[in-house]
Amino acid sequence: MQDALSKISPLPSRRTLMTGALAGGFVLAFRLPLKAANEPEQPADDTAGKFAPNAFIRIDHSGKTTLVMPQVEMGQGVYTAIPMILADELDADFAAVTLEHAPPNDKLYGNPTFGIQVTGNSNSIRSFWKPLRVAGASARAMLVAAAAGQWQVDPASCSASNGKVTHSASGRVLAYGDLVDAAGSVPVPQNPPLKDPKNFNLIGKPLKRLDTPNKTDGKVVYGIDAMLPGMKFATLLQCPVFGGKVAHVDDSAAKAVPGVRQIVVLDDLVAVVGDHTWAAKKGLDALIITWNEGTYANLSSADIWNDLRAASKKDGVVAKSVGDIAKGFAQGERIDGEYELPFLAHATMEPLNCTVHVTPGACEVWTGTQVMTRCQSYAAQAAGLPIDKVTVHNHLLGGGFGRRLEADMVATAVRIAMHVDGPVKVMWFREEDIRHDVYRPVYRDTISAVLSNGRIAAWKYRITGSGVIARWLPAAFQNGIDIDAVDSAVDMPYDIPNLQVEYVRAEPPAVPTGFWRGVGPNNNVFAIECFIDELARKAGKDPVEFRRGMLDNNPRLKAALDLVAEKSGWGQPLPARTGRGVSVQPSFGSFIATVVEAEVDDKGEVYLRRVTSAVDTGIAVNPDTIVAQLQGGLIFGLTAALYGEVTIAKGRVQQSNFNDYRMLRIDQTPPIEVHVIDSGADPGGIGETGVTAGPPALRNAIYAATGVALRRLPIDRRALAVKA
Amino acid sequence: MVASTMVALTINGESKTVDAPPDMPLLWVLRDLLGMTGTKFGCGIAQCGACTVHLDGKAVRSCLLPVGAIGDRAITTIEGVGSTASGAKVQKAWLDLEVIQCGYCQSGQIMSAAALLQDTPHPGDADIDAAMAGNICRCGTYVRIREAIKRAADGQA
Repeated sequence: MQDALSKISPLPSRRTLMTGALAGGFVLAFRLPLKAANEPEQPADDTAGKFAPNAFIRIDHSGKTTLVMPQVEMGQGVYTAIPMILADELDADFAAVTLEHAPPNDKLYGNPTFGIQVTGNSNSIRSFWKPLRVAGASARAMLVAAAAGQWQVDPASCSASNGKVTHSASGRVLAYGDLVDAAGSVPVPQNPPLKDPKNFNLIGKPLKRLDTPNKTDGKVVYGIDAMLPGMKFATLLQCPVFGGKVAHVDDSAAKAVPGVRQIVVLDDLVAVVGDHTWAAKKGLDALIITWNEGTYANLSSADIWNDLRAASKKDGVVAKSVGDIAKGFAQGERIDGEYELPFLAHATMEPLNCTVHVTPGACEVWTGTQVMTRCQSYAAQAAGLPIDKVTVHNHLLGGGFGRRLEADMVATAVRIAMHVDGPVKVMWFREEDIRHDVYRPVYRDTISAVLSNGRIAAWKYRITGSGVIARWLPAAFQNGIDIDAVDSAVDMPYDIPNLQVEYVRAEPPAVPTGFWRGVGPNNNVFAIECFIDELARKAGKDPVEFRRGMLDNNPRLKAALDLVAEKSGWGQPLPARTGRGVSVQPSFGSFIATVVEAEVDDKGEVYLRRVTSAVDTGIAVNPDTIVAQLQGGLIFGLTAALYGEVTIAKGRVQQSNFNDYRMLRIDQTPPIEVHVIDSGADPGGIGETGVTAGPPALRNAIYAATGVALRRLPIDRRALAVKA
Repeated sequence: MVASTMVALTINGESKTVDAPPDMPLLWVLRDLLGMTGTKFGCGIAQCGACTVHLDGKAVRSCLLPVGAIGDRAITTIEGVGSTASGAKVQKAWLDLEVIQCGYCQSGQIMSAAALLQDTPHPGDADIDAAMAGNICRCGTYVRIREAIKRAADGQA
């Protein structure tokens, strides 16, 4: 294992890099001075007396450079990558940079892809790469123009670096802080020249993350850590049946619990408010609640699957059509496959929570969210206030994974806080967090294909499942096609002459569904890559060779496949009931090939032995983060493949906590090698790619080890056991 | 119902007195009564390890530890573990190898790793598995946790 671990690039070489071009000292000295939640807020538009050429950059007279973070940090490293991009083009003194969470403002900080302030879809760097470079470059050009004006020289004869402008001919130097007033009156350039990538001095270097030092000593403040003077602590129980209501509450025992201050009974939930979380929890446990369970009191997983299977037999809306599918199917024997994926919970390590202070005419919210402006509008609606009367304080997130792309918890907390005098922290216990998630949808995918001369001649693929985009961003749901649900299916990497992709929107009754790390591609890459392996076997071809033969038009993915085959020892002999499986994906703008090596014992238990990935994500802004995201994403996806399933009985989620909603732990985690390919293309997304890559590669490893072609997740051990 | 009583505790070398019912788990005493929010709530049933602290140097889950059962044993939390030799080595290795992603579970991971190194200065893979399998990380930082523990043990940190 030690050998394999030492191959994880580029950790062993980082020290060399850090002490070389980057002079590690200043990087290590740099600390993230994020405001704690309980510190006084500075006005977000405090630009007086500062050079503030755009919403992202403020420089004061001392040279202190503040960069405003439009995207939120939930572990993916964006609070390091975004400053790197801005500071590189700005030629700022990186050691003098401080960061600030952006306030809610879609106009200033909206994600260019969505038009609203959202961190998701692995697109922070993809979406902001150009705008941030322009923001940095335009500020730099203004500072250079200001210096040139003072010196009465041509701006082209000046250069900027490390927070200073230099006129090399005369040896004159002015620090950015000294140029603040003059630069403020320079017109903002429309098309400032961007750096040639070969001149980047931060981008591409494996820099230390700026958010991690405070995460080693307890100083970091997540939403759940918000502490306010006079704050009360609350926890809640919602009707266990989706859509059910409170019928009656006997709170006599709860009120007798020392420290319990108040019982808040709403239409659909009961909350207990206390002096501390323990009082609130004991009070909650002492309540006797009668529920009106409502319409879904008998809903079961079997009902949901029956509905989904019936829906998947209907024709869908055609999302992509190439060639002539009927002609393709005439070329040979049709092969069919059906794949099914379960509901999944997000189970962020930081359980849902939101602290709220409602005062006459105003509402203040402390939380960690991927959707700042939605939190603000949900709070305003719940409190019956205009949006500008709601203040939202964002925090670092203890995991997002898509759960914090929803703002339901904010609305719920505000509804409770309306009845509480003073600030109240509302925290979901883990059981409530799991049972009232917004779940990764169930999906069913049906595929039919025809082989001709060892290649795929026809491919018809139908996705059936929730339209998450239709609910979450209705304007993007056009012509019956959910762009998320068909993502990575309509842009399949293989050369297939006759292809059709269809989508059937089918919403499960009662169970709310939403984005889950890996989103639509999770479903599609799984079904596609599993079926490709089955077709390779029909064609009598090695799975890598079969894929390789259809990737001529996708050279970046082909290169990743070749590299992973080499690094994983593809083709080398393995023990009995041990196999290697491969998957490839062009998802989120990154090109990734992955090999999982797994062993299956006679009882059907699956053991991960080794994982190897090759990734071309274009310019790797912070290469070590790329490796970390792949490692972590693979574990996230493999966890779901091995254990993940939320089931419904009597209208209730049956899982509740980590005892029955299992996670991969360190003792089952294999060595993971990640090889980064430097293609020089614009950056791709990375945060979700590993999640998508792991499950099909594992399933194909099991197929190789046992000959059993699993078509559902999580892995069914009974199907893999050696028959007596 | 259990009435509140004054409970004397030693936390990170300092004496503290809190007004808490004896059945109240240490986790909520730390977080809600003392404002020491570095120790995290994750599951409440000792399944995830996010709430790990040390009692006399041994890793325990504070979410199920009644404050009345602690007595005079010394409590060390993430806020104080850097003052111990093994804790400081672990924190440094964690940053040197950039273990952390979202970081929410890492207080618990660091506390478990520091307790391991205190007892077993040169842990093998099996020792690491045994000491760390009770700590869940949803970001999936396990590969680096293993490497960082070895780095801290080797004194390279």
